[in-house]
Amino acid sequence: MTPAEIREEVLDILRDIAPDDDISDIDDAKPFREQLELDSMDFLDIVMELRKRHRVQIPEEEYTELASMASTVAYLEPKMKDL
Amino acid sequence: MPKDFLAGAKDYYDVVVIGSGLAGMTAANTLARAGRSVLLCEQHYKLGGMATWFKRPGGHIFDISLHGFPIGMIKSCKRYWTREIADSIVQLKNIRFDNPMFSLTTSFNREDFTKLLIEQFQVPAETVHAFFDAARQMNFYDDQQTTTRELFDRFFPGREDVIRLLMEPITYANGSTLEDPAISYGIVFSNFMSKGVFTFEGGTDRLINLMEADLKKSGVDIRIRCDVEKVLVENGRTSGVVINGRTIKAGSVVSNSNLRATVLELVGEDKFDPKFIDEAKAVRLNNSSTQVYMGLKPEELVPEETGDLLFSSTAETFRTDLLLSRDITSRTYSFYYPRTRPEGRPRCLIVSSTNARYEDWANLPEDEYEASKQDLVETTLDAIEKYVPNIRDRIDHAEASTPRTFQHYTKHNLGSSFGTKFEGLAVSRALPEQLPGLYHAGSVGIIMSGWLGAINYGVIVSNDVDAYLLKSAEKNPFASTTK
Repeated sequence: MTPAEIREEVLDILRDIAPDDDISDIDDAKPFREQLELDSMDFLDIVMELRKRHRVQIPEEEYTELASMASTVAYLEPKMKDL
Repeated sequence: MPKDFLAGAKDYYDVVVIGSGLAGMTAANTLARAGRSVLLCEQHYKLGGMATWFKRPGGHIFDISLHGFPIGMIKSCKRYWTREIADSIVQLKNIRFDNPMFSLTTSFNREDFTKLLIEQFQVPAETVHAFFDAARQMNFYDDQQTTTRELFDRFFPGREDVIRLLMEPITYANGSTLEDPAISYGIVFSNFMSKGVFTFEGGTDRLINLMEADLKKSGVDIRIRCDVEKVLVENGRTSGVVINGRTIKAGSVVSNSNLRATVLELVGEDKFDPKFIDEAKAVRLNNSSTQVYMGLKPEELVPEETGDLLFSSTAETFRTDLLLSRDITSRTYSFYYPRTRPEGRPRCLIVSSTNARYEDWANLPEDEYEASKQDLVETTLDAIEKYVPNIRDRIDHAEASTPRTFQHYTKHNLGSSFGTKFEGLAVSRALPEQLPGLYHAGSVGIIMSGWLGAINYGVIVSNDVDAYLLKSAEKNPFASTTK
């Protein structure tokens, strides 16, 4: 997957997790938590969904990499480039 | 020949879940939705664990632990269960306190508590805001040395009345005390304070039935009256279980049984590092409870201003040892109005709950035990007379449960009704490091307890289990038989 495709995939997951938030104008550089009503369970859901859809493993100590869209895409790129 | 409750069960599942408390059911559902084959075993004939109910003649259905939980339940039920379940969650608006220090009614959220503390308790506004902010910012990995008592003393020195207002409901909700770490208080208190106290419309029976239907839809193989006797270990990994004498292989096992029982009885000491066994043995269980269930006659209605939850006490101050004493001074009444079960027969019910010690009840001779139970009913009726006049003439059913009752139905060691103290969380989390493939999900560490804590912990553990199964399959592609 290309970075743009990974970004689209993360957006799709976020749409399920935060159905009441408008995610169309998300700022990639800013932390998700400043823009969306996300708690620690929501980040866990992102991790579970990525594993379910793409078999991507994200160890607990690396959850912090999912802070913003930019950091998430950068972190996932090597893991998802061959998918 | 006795009925085979495992008839038709497969010889292998990706996951076997031991126990159908809310954590066990949620783990089973989450893993089945992730595509895993799941066997859910419950030793009792009913699903739900402590989330349970019982029926009595006269159209009474008594709930054991329904009142109440924080608003977070709506989101968790929507996400990990169904919209129908989430949509049945409603607020309990009248939370009452009555003790020698104060009497008041509140909606039990930050806004109303702030108002009460400033206006009625005369606490400076900046202190109230600072306290709420401090509680809100607590994380479970923060400093564990500060106790709840120290936290209160920092903000409200000498104010035993304020401490009582802030502490009494949380003690009811999760059994925590002033001597427990402040973080366990702050996290749970903040969860409630965000929007108040909630309950499930239709009662625990409807909730568990809806969950059972969703488990089936997710493909979980549910088995009642299936007592897991042993967790099997092969080559240092969890390999299956023995249920009702039959061996069933499994890629992983999630125990929703009591944490200590999982380590010491289901697996056995010899399978762990001795240091871990010491830590597991050092985990303190939370206390147990007594409850008295009172059913009013069909025509008898309790006015709703009586409250949904009433924290009553005749003790001059709030003290943990008084709360646990058999000389009861504090009782929490849950009032169930006909709206609890809009579809059912219109009945008013009252459940009185008091924290209790297992050892005070465990070794009573049978006649003394029965007499003590009867005494518990009579003294409770005396105490509630103040709030529901002529109660004896208005009820057609009253009975008591004790720590022995809880032990009997849940098989929890010491009849523990709130899981373990704080240190249980670390032992629960460390279990798979000790024995790959074995996980524990259930009420531990106070913050992972109560209905919401149990459901969320079930999800957190499912995530670990799913990751483990994927990793094992990558190592040995022929080992897993994911459907």
